[in-house]
Amino acid sequence: MPNPLYRKHIISIPDFTREELELVVQTAAQLKAAPRSDLLKDRLLATCFFEPSTRTRLSFETAVQRLGGNVIGFADGANTSAKKGETLADTVRIISSYTDAIIMRHPKEGAARVASEFSTVPIINGGDGANQHPSQTLLDLFTLQETQGRLDNLTVAFVGDLKYGRTVHSLAQALSLFGARFYFVGPEALAMPDYLCEELDERGISYSIAATIEEVIPHIDILYMTRVQRERFDEAEYKKIQGQFVLRADMLRSARPNMKILHPLPRVDEITTDVDATPHAYYFEQAKNGVYARQALLSLVLNETV
Amino acid sequence: MTEKVYARNVEALKSGTVIDHIPAGQGLRILRLFQLAEYRERVTVGLNLPSGHMGSKDLIKVENVVLSEEQANELALFAPRGTVSVIEDFAVVRKQKLAIPDTVEGIFACPNSNCVSHVEPVQSHFSVRVTEHDTKMKCKYCEKVFSKDIVVDVR
Ligand SMILES: [Zn+2]
Repeated sequence: MPNPLYRKHIISIPDFTREELELVVQTAAQLKAAPRSDLLKDRLLATCFFEPSTRTRLSFETAVQRLGGNVIGFADGANTSAKKGETLADTVRIISSYTDAIIMRHPKEGAARVASEFSTVPIINGGDGANQHPSQTLLDLFTLQETQGRLDNLTVAFVGDLKYGRTVHSLAQALSLFGARFYFVGPEALAMPDYLCEELDERGISYSIAATIEEVIPHIDILYMTRVQRERFDEAEYKKIQGQFVLRADMLRSARPNMKILHPLPRVDEITTDVDATPHAYYFEQAKNGVYARQALLSLVLNETV
Repeated sequence: MTEKVYARNVEALKSGTVIDHIPAGQGLRILRLFQLAEYRERVTVGLNLPSGHMGSKDLIKVENVVLSEEQANELALFAPRGTVSVIEDFAVVRKQKLAIPDTVEGIFACPNSNCVSHVEPVQSHFSVRVTEHDTKMKCKYCEKVFSKDIVVDVR
């Protein structure tokens, strides 16, 4: 029987079952422990970045090439036919006739879902506007499994921009399939959206809002930091909250030994550099795990069995 | 008894559809969104009619047109207590049931201006979920969840 992700489109985290998430995480761990260079042999994948994201594109292209596959594509939508007014639907119809799968990033929300309706090959969503970025969530889950030895019943604090932070939303949704305890720490204007809190309520996930990072540190397994963007505030408002959601090494004294700090990167000043040398810092390893999680995802989508 | 009140307010209908118990204020919007005037049949609209249990209500009569089951269900989003009667020879021959649909395709535009559904050759598509306090609609494309009233107000 083929694995459940074989020839599936990878669009959105809520499309995944718990078992499928576990399968990707297990496969990523296997590929990290014992690299394979044959799983995408003779395969040609497209990376279609209608909006630039060097980090995500390089991570995907590394994953493809490490597995023995080849890549065509573009890094920026500015010079493509989309600029000349071609619909995404038409662009995808053509490119799917050339390749075995399409990895895409697009500035409009829902773009990957539309692409999946017109493509003859699997679509892998590498980010659609503010909506979804499932491979980021898969690498986050893999990193949780790697550092905590489990995904069930973890206590996680999310810090920073909880309103617009799609990585936060997707990871919270994914973890809600495994039972979890959440703390939300951030400016009131950037609080977790109501619809997400309602989803968590329905799944019986308990969460609370905390005012400071310090007060949650002794209670958590994972501290998931995100950036509070200055552009979201006017000058006076920003002055008030500036510095409030910054993590410094001296705040970590009461942390549990297993506690790890994650961040989707790039970091600006929300984690001071003295944290990097502590045993809790894990964000650079997390970024490296992105390649393994993407290798796992692509292997499963393009091979009946891995 | 209320039937007599209509008869005085709005012309009697030989055959077609009467949509009744529309919350006052929604009548014109329903007319527009369901393009009921586009059939080029006679349409009679009553606005702010007195209603025993609703205070006031709107009412629409369309000659020679019968709503599909899908349309009737979509109507339920505007008029949860609405009634749709099919008329033949001046008599009600059938009442159509209005049930809030699980999905709505093509009627509403997504309120999210950055949603791809506005610029690609696809129909808008919402899944509908009735909660205790509200009816929520989730766009299949941008995955944003909106309160029903927000979606219904767009366009
Ligand atoms: Zn939408």
